Amino acid sequence: MTIDELYEIGQNFRKQLEGFSAEIHVCCSGGCFSTGGLALKELFEKACAARNISADVRIISTGCIGLCGAGPLVRLFPSETLYVKVQREDVERIVDEHIVGKRVLTELAYPADAPFFAKQQQIALKNMGRIDPESIDDYIAHGGYEALAKAITYYTQDGVILEVRSSGLRGRGGAGYPTGLKWSIVRKVKSTQKYVVCNADEGDPGAFMDRAMIEGNPHAILEGMAIAGYAVGATQGYVYVRGEYPLAIERLKKAIKQAERTQMLGNRIFDSDFNFRVDLRIGAGAFVCGEETALMASIEGRRGQPRPRPPYPSQSGLWGMPTLLNNVETFANIPPIILNGGKWFAGIGTEKSKGTKVFALAGRIANTGLIEVPMGMPLREIIFDIGGGIPDGGEFKAAQTGGPSGGYIPMQHLDIPVDYESLAQVGSIMGSGGLIVVDKTSCMVDLARFFMEFCMDESCGKCIPCRVGTVQLFKILDRMTTGAATVQDLHTLEELCDMVKDTSLCGLGQTAPNPVVSTLHFFRREYDEHILKHECNAGVCEMPALDEPAPVAAAVPAVPAVSAAETVPAAEAPAGKKNGGSKKKST
Amino acid sequence: MDEIKTLTIDGEIVSAPSSATILDAAMENDLHIPTLCNLQGLDAVGACRLCLVEIQGQNKLQPACTTRVEENMVVQSKSARLQKYRRMIVEMLFAEGNHICSVCVANGHCELQNLGYEVGMDSVRFDYVYPTKKVDATHERFVLDHNRCVLCTRCVRVCDEIEGAHTWDVAGRGIGTFVVTDLAGDWGGSGSCTSCGKCVLVCPTGALFDKGKAVGEMSKNSDFLEYIVNAREKKQWIK
Amino acid sequence: MSNTEIETAKKAEPKAVDNRFKYLDRALAKHQFRGDALIEVLHTAQELFGFLSQDLLTYISKSLKLPPSKVYGVATFYHFFSLKPKGEHTVTVCMGTACYVKGAGELLAAAEHQCKCKAGETTADGKVSIQSARCVGSCGIAPVVVYDNEVAPVVTPEGITSRLQTWLEAAS
Repeated sequence: MTIDELYEIGQNFRKQLEGFSAEIHVCCSGGCFSTGGLALKELFEKACAARNISADVRIISTGCIGLCGAGPLVRLFPSETLYVKVQREDVERIVDEHIVGKRVLTELAYPADAPFFAKQQQIALKNMGRIDPESIDDYIAHGGYEALAKAITYYTQDGVILEVRSSGLRGRGGAGYPTGLKWSIVRKVKSTQKYVVCNADEGDPGAFMDRAMIEGNPHAILEGMAIAGYAVGATQGYVYVRGEYPLAIERLKKAIKQAERTQMLGNRIFDSDFNFRVDLRIGAGAFVCGEETALMASIEGRRGQPRPRPPYPSQSGLWGMPTLLNNVETFANIPPIILNGGKWFAGIGTEKSKGTKVFALAGRIANTGLIEVPMGMPLREIIFDIGGGIPDGGEFKAAQTGGPSGGYIPMQHLDIPVDYESLAQVGSIMGSGGLIVVDKTSCMVDLARFFMEFCMDESCGKCIPCRVGTVQLFKILDRMTTGAATVQDLHTLEELCDMVKDTSLCGLGQTAPNPVVSTLHFFRREYDEHILKHECNAGVCEMPALDEPAPVAAAVPAVPAVSAAETVPAAEAPAGKKNGGSKKKST
Repeated sequence: MDEIKTLTIDGEIVSAPSSATILDAAMENDLHIPTLCNLQGLDAVGACRLCLVEIQGQNKLQPACTTRVEENMVVQSKSARLQKYRRMIVEMLFAEGNHICSVCVANGHCELQNLGYEVGMDSVRFDYVYPTKKVDATHERFVLDHNRCVLCTRCVRVCDEIEGAHTWDVAGRGIGTFVVTDLAGDWGGSGSCTSCGKCVLVCPTGALFDKGKAVGEMSKNSDFLEYIVNAREKKQWIK
Repeated sequence: MSNTEIETAKKAEPKAVDNRFKYLDRALAKHQFRGDALIEVLHTAQELFGFLSQDLLTYISKSLKLPPSKVYGVATFYHFFSLKPKGEHTVTVCMGTACYVKGAGELLAAAEHQCKCKAGETTADGKVSIQSARCVGSCGIAPVVVYDNEVAPVVTPEGITSRLQTWLEAAS
């Protein structure tokens, strides 16, 4: 395969597309798949066949278009009209009116200038939802694998790394370690064998960016990995995907086969000396495997238990060899950086956080879905402009980022710019991109309990602070939500948070207390009300009235019925503390 | 040859080869750092977190058993914070299992008990979990009491690294973690166990003990490890 | 054009009993009987047999030349693997954050109440297994329930109750 041959594939495919007068893209990813996307596609096919226009209309299922809450989504080209909440009975009408009659059905169409799309800037998600994820030709027709060709034929290995370094790209798994720096460390280590690993073990509850990216454009990740392999001198790559994502696994398998057939993977890629293969490893349901050393243990077929670092994977990783670990979104950003240059990428975002970030909007927000925004966009803009605010007249209470390792951002910090440093300053983390909005119907103590239960279940059991500490933390939080907690419990809770954070072996334990620390800082009132008054403002926790005997009466000292503010000292501010620690995801 | 590094541990200037860990350097110089999962002669796993130390210039606490010495390193192992955390860790172990010293075969010879004394544990601030755990007395010579297991994995490592049988491993996860022989069947029915007894000797508590031992009678001695390692690596067959 | 979904659905169908070890052997051979393929092999074994019996684990342990305790340790570490047979149907309530804030807790409670067993268990008649998932990645349509392999969006307690009713009342 030469570059000219690559261009030819693209040209041929584009020529093929020109033969169609219209295209119907039916979103068949995650949300839309569950709301009947695939059935819609079949209906469109039938409707077109019935009108004898099948040869004129290209109907494909695409990856996530983004506006998941308004699914199933159908996008029509060339007008780029997006139809939302398309029902089976709408199909005939759309074909008749739009395809045949060339009239847009305004009542079904989503306004093109709506802030949900207008305010986004898509780099990692660029081709997602616009191409057929199961066709390598479609990807190539959209500029796919050009970056790999450019990297191999135009750049030296160091040249690629220099470009990535100058882009300022930081790991999108959460901790934000500079990607270029990581690459240059792996490049410098001398070894007969090196590995490139893509961390697609997206375990944060409430996050679905990686899933959507793999399902929607798997080749972009393979291309990013191949470029990384070339840069650091690796010949073997692994993608570690969650077992919970069967479609993502199937799509990746297919993409790897296609890439091998087209010689984008394999031996002598673009007639160079560079050989690179990618294999899949499928997770089996363990959140801790998002931690890099646990992930590598799992790839080696062992229990996914982390080990102390150093040595870091870049020195001694898979089977003791230097290993480059990056997250899905990080790899997806690589091809555009190589094509457009590091400088271009560095021109987007803030001083310390370059480029864009993909977020999965979920929870009490009108436009649930997948978005990509430039770094530094104020949180308010993301939630209220792009996200459309809180549905059903609800009132914003907090935004959660970073999943079980992250924290809450309350009303008073709504205007912070979303970048690594600003989020850390308010006690949260960027995380891998889950952004969950909660309103007044959610109780913060209950949510802290929820995340602690998660960490407790997902603790691998190797180190004592995490194995036992998360259980003890959970027990206290559980008491608080059932009206059995004491003021002493609050003290022990804080002691435990510090201890588990400082002494746990890996990122899971080190960050497990974050949701508690964060809610204690911003919503301490709620804790006080639960303990002292047995009151839950959100109406979530059921607690016996105070004059009733408490469930474990002996453990509860008589509490005078005074206001929370008088009995408990004002919240100590942990805001300055770095809650980030070493975030568990590889970057 | 290893380079020699000079460092400070708890105010004492010590030197150690660059391959040594902080714990090696401390032990060589009779400086005590509490440990539980560590046992010289077995691979270090850094799991119990009792040997965590503060290293000047680093935010994070590091386990002495897996962290290599570096030139001019300044190590503090006895700060108030560390002592507080150590006590909490020991309390957590007592809360996690069913550790009742007065009826334990290892009473008086137990590393967990000694740690309790060392960290000054006079009460446990956490909720006792009071788990229901099994006792496996099917082996001809030994007994396994899961109630007293602290999951240090010394038995797993000695069986794999020294004996080579790999009868033991760890199963489950989180608070539900437990040690198993073979496919978690009875120890007595294990096809791989050689009944060598090394696991019993390295067990820090009364979780593994000789059959027939009564309260306080089970004392252990892991000196054999040093002998085997020396014999293997240095061909020193006579002590 | 996409046939992936159909292929995925096909795989979920139970295979003929006699051929299962042949399929397993094929998977073992594909991985060249390498010990580091243990998790991949366990995936295949569970797909074929539904759960990992003692005999199956022994067979895998022998084939991959791994100590049985190690195989058992790995099989019990990952939540995907089940060492006990599952019910005829499985209902999985997603307890991810997005689903949780939209009331997944009530859905799970409704299912547990109706089946008279807890998450992770199977009804006494072996008809329905209840599971809770950590996040199925369909947060846009929360709360989500997975009925066998079908992902159902925006589920209500009434919805889960009526679906379970049909399963429980069906003759086996």
